[in-house]
Amino acid sequence: MRKLSIGSRLYLVIVFFILYAPIFYLIYYSFNSGGSMNEFESFTLEHYKAVFEDSRLIVILINTVIIALLSGLIATVIGTLGAIGIVSIKDKKMRNTLLSLNNVLIVSPDVVIGASFLILFTMIGVKLGFASVLVSHVAFSVPIVVLMVLPKLLEMNTSLIDAARDLGASKKDVLTRVILPYIQPGIFAGFFLALTYSLDDFAVTFFVTGNGFSTLSVEIYSMARAGITLTINAISGLVFLVTVLVVIGYYYFNNRAKLKNGEVRR
Amino acid sequence: MFNKASKGSLLPYVIWIALFVIAPIALVVYYSMLDLKGNFTLENYQAFFTPVYLKMTLTSFWYAFLITAFTLLIAYPTAYFLTKTTHKHLWLMLIIIPSWINLLLKTYAFIGLFGLYGPINAIVEVFGLEPQQILFTDFSFIFVSVYIFIPFMIIPIFNSLDKLNPTLVYAARDLGASSFTTFRRVIFPLTIDGVKSGIQVTFIPALSLFMITRLIAGNQVITLGTAIEQQFLVSQNWGMGSTIAVFLIIIMVVIMSVTGGQKKGGRIR
Amino acid sequence: MKSLMQAVIAILVVCALLFFAADRLESAGSKGNKDTITVFNWGEYIDPDLVKQFTEETGIKVVYETFDSNEAMMTKVQQGGSAYDIAVPSEYTVEMMKEEDLLIPLDHSKLPNLQNIDPYFLDLAFDPGNKYTVPYFWGTVGIVFNPTKVADHLTFTTWKDLWDPSLKGKVFLVDGAREVMGMGLNSLGESLNAKDEQLLRQATDKLITLSPNVKAIIGDEITPLMINNEATVALTWSGQAQDMMWENEDLDFAVPEEGSNLWFDSFVIPKTAANIDGAHAFINFMLDAKNSAQNNDYVGYSTPNRAAMDLMDPEVIEDERFYPSEALRDKLEVYENLGLEWLGKYNEYFLEFKMSIR
Repeated sequence: MRKLSIGSRLYLVIVFFILYAPIFYLIYYSFNSGGSMNEFESFTLEHYKAVFEDSRLIVILINTVIIALLSGLIATVIGTLGAIGIVSIKDKKMRNTLLSLNNVLIVSPDVVIGASFLILFTMIGVKLGFASVLVSHVAFSVPIVVLMVLPKLLEMNTSLIDAARDLGASKKDVLTRVILPYIQPGIFAGFFLALTYSLDDFAVTFFVTGNGFSTLSVEIYSMARAGITLTINAISGLVFLVTVLVVIGYYYFNNRAKLKNGEVRR
Repeated sequence: MFNKASKGSLLPYVIWIALFVIAPIALVVYYSMLDLKGNFTLENYQAFFTPVYLKMTLTSFWYAFLITAFTLLIAYPTAYFLTKTTHKHLWLMLIIIPSWINLLLKTYAFIGLFGLYGPINAIVEVFGLEPQQILFTDFSFIFVSVYIFIPFMIIPIFNSLDKLNPTLVYAARDLGASSFTTFRRVIFPLTIDGVKSGIQVTFIPALSLFMITRLIAGNQVITLGTAIEQQFLVSQNWGMGSTIAVFLIIIMVVIMSVTGGQKKGGRIR
Repeated sequence: MKSLMQAVIAILVVCALLFFAADRLESAGSKGNKDTITVFNWGEYIDPDLVKQFTEETGIKVVYETFDSNEAMMTKVQQGGSAYDIAVPSEYTVEMMKEEDLLIPLDHSKLPNLQNIDPYFLDLAFDPGNKYTVPYFWGTVGIVFNPTKVADHLTFTTWKDLWDPSLKGKVFLVDGAREVMGMGLNSLGESLNAKDEQLLRQATDKLITLSPNVKAIIGDEITPLMINNEATVALTWSGQAQDMMWENEDLDFAVPEEGSNLWFDSFVIPKTAANIDGAHAFINFMLDAKNSAQNNDYVGYSTPNRAAMDLMDPEVIEDERFYPSEALRDKLEVYENLGLEWLGKYNEYFLEFKMSIR
């Protein structure tokens, strides 16, 4: 592996800096005793204290994370299988139709999705709450998974599969030993972007939730009129910190485990 | 052989499409043919073909195009350099993490950052220049949009670059190709599927961007997404809102069939 | 494949743990209460300590859900599927909800504290006899501005001041068709409830002449912008102006004399209610003078609760900008429910104006 030139390093530093700038801005103000994201008065930890005292907010945060992880997982399973199915379709028209249908939810504004799902759920008589939110999040996350897995599948060499079949691999073996390992980066990408969709969604969740179930996004958006409190900054800061630590920690241990087992990281 | 191994896997996906795509489309199409009193009408479709909405369609297209172009321009080199780093998967994760923090919050942060008295203008002033109005300009709108879509573009490109067989690149270089030629003739064509995927997940949602058109562009940019939002939530004219949504879907399908045209059906190359 | 399976298991384990944690937290909060009410309100629009206190006093657990627009809230109530016992709509939405038969009449015998409300705010046109509503907060629409940054002759006691050439590219408007079109109509000396195409046309033309002065049309984000001195003049609701002035002492607020809007947010019990007695108990609790004063301290909007005002800082309630005298209030108009057709027209004209601002 060749080393990166100074120029390209600088480029990456700038990109990362811009990506993280607004987040650091939010975290900076979470220590503001002034009560809002204007003029920094003095350093305080009161907003962090407020987070831990507000059990309602913590429950909402937990709900948000559960919904994101579960919906991401389910959407990834459905989306991956769907993508494998789509590339297996020979008829070009059929394939394009499926892909167009796949993208309908990506192009539809959230209100439209939210309102139509709400009508759908009340028509069937689903009780609004955790289940309806979970199902909706799965629904709007599936297309992004398909779009992330698809390019990996298209790159895949068919001769790999043919070879496996010739060597007597069963259908299941082909799927689990050949296809899935190859498209794994696409699967993870799909899962992580599904998390993004889920964590950011306000409108759909708002429409399909009920009976006291709420997510962080719904809370934040409905605070806009009376002003978003710095407690929200603090909780976002904590979430951010935990996420970064988990990711780095996981990466570190995973790498070490792999080195121990003498595996080569692909 | 690929086919037999995978036809069955379509089942949950097809159920998903039927329940959460076909059914909502049917609802949207049904609503688009209702007027305010709930009578059947095609008035909404007529109303769409007025200068206001046609202009809006063009605006949406233009901005979606600009956003996609800039996102690609920034994302491709980023993805390329990332694949060359030692801990590339870790760095990739670190690209995604910012997108998990609530968008409204980040937008408020941008309002602060871009402000006349914000940190960016503080730097501008250090250089002895007048503070610049950054908010409510095309620049700020496109900047924040690109910010939102960057991870969506980087990831698929990264994935196709990552598995690129380096021997191909070496071969090209050995044969005397310049870096640029290698990129144009070898690397780029091999990552085209990733790029396409990135363009789709950027361009299509960019057509219906709404919230930041108000927050960052101060309603100086009005897209179809904004109009739908308004029709549903303010005018409570679900009929007109649905009509615009129908057109958005049609536009998307057209884009799909245009960009999907070159793909070889049924074969996985 | 192995790492995929590992990831799946890890996610499921984390979810299970989180489920457990959330369950523990929720049951710790409720202490086994069976009696619950669900309150559907704007975010940050109530003092959370009062909600806790209510549960302590009555044993009724409060589930708090939030919304960010009247229309979205109404859609949710209309579709049902969730038991909302109390909602807090603005007056024009009250009218629409009445029309759609979405409200349950109040039992005044269960609301003895209703007598705390200033009679001025009772028996209003949108709800004669307060059959369905109890006023919660009220306010006006006006202009918040920074006197240190605008010419001295601009006092914004008239809408005309917005058209002043010195304000080129400095005016911010709130993203609401009723507010902006209403301002246009008011500036022509007309009613902001006008149902007359010609007047709307005139108002739009008048507004389009304002375009050079308009910097942006935005929503709730106006608050941080005014506080940061990013914006110097903004058309907004008095409640938000109060928030801004709390943070930025330079700011001032004025309601132009040609007339403007007077708005109310009220408690209602929607058709979806499952615990009607609990809802009444909650409303009555919030009407209590002491509680209402405490809530006002937290929210900061203008209260209609006379008894609470006696307990509040006189400086607050004597501020004519937010507690205008009755004579001034009589010049203001409450939004009437225009009906969807006219609401649509207001929005079409507003859209035309919006498209003219660049």
